Amino acid sequence: MDAVFKALADPSRRKLLDQLYTHNGQTLSELCKHLDMSRQAVTKHLALLEAANLVVTIWRGREKLHYLNPAPIHEIYDRWLSKYERHQLEALSNLKKGLEAITKEEPNE
Amino acid sequence: MSKPQDKPQFVYVTYIATTPEQLWDALTSEAFTQQYWGGRRIQSDWRVGSPVEPVEDDGDSDWEGEVLESDPPHRLSYTFQSPGSNAAHPTRVVFDLQPIGSTVKLTLTHDDLDTKGFMAISQGWSASLSSLKSLLERKPLVLAA
Repeated sequence: MDAVFKALADPSRRKLLDQLYTHNGQTLSELCKHLDMSRQAVTKHLALLEAANLVVTIWRGREKLHYLNPAPIHEIYDRWLSKYERHQLEALSNLKKGLEAITKEEPNE
Repeated sequence: MSKPQDKPQFVYVTYIATTPEQLWDALTSEAFTQQYWGGRRIQSDWRVGSPVEPVEDDGDSDWEGEVLESDPPHRLSYTFQSPGSNAAHPTRVVFDLQPIGSTVKLTLTHDDLDTKGFMAISQGWSASLSSLKSLLERKPLVLAA
């Protein structure tokens, strides 16, 4: 779990995960297009995310595709959320989303 | 294997402190398939070419699929019609089991899954993956990772 938190504790890596969340299964080149980072930096961040099991890769022909793997995040969720409070938290989250949709903005973290 | 032009929609990886045999049994159990496929228990003898029948709570079997690969306890792959998928492109899932030390690396690959249709009736894949993990890891014989 340390690796997961370490991997998430960086805005560039969270942005990479955001990218994959929007379009799953991207190549390195596709990912680089949307990010203001050198290819080398993206490669480095991806390696860390992969080590944390937050990103998994598969080969399709000569292309290496990157997928967001939310399983470790779900483990965090499971660890600190009791199943009885999930409905309440979901209601809270929907409330927040609904109200904030009025002033929709990019996630600033 | 998949056609080279196919691009899976989802790839999930989780490490479970269990044995490949126990994991295989769990993946082919009705208890797991019922959770994974939004309430439909999957009935099959899990042999290549055999039918895969998702059975609803009321006993209705609304779709049918086929076992594509069955290599216990390493690789299992099957198709079936899911809500939103069309007959030409049934949902296909591949389970890869790879022992790593005292754990098993489970890789799930999904093709042709209509996420919206599927998620509408499902509690989501990760909840069932996670309960599979806790179910298997709760066994007293297995050391916690």
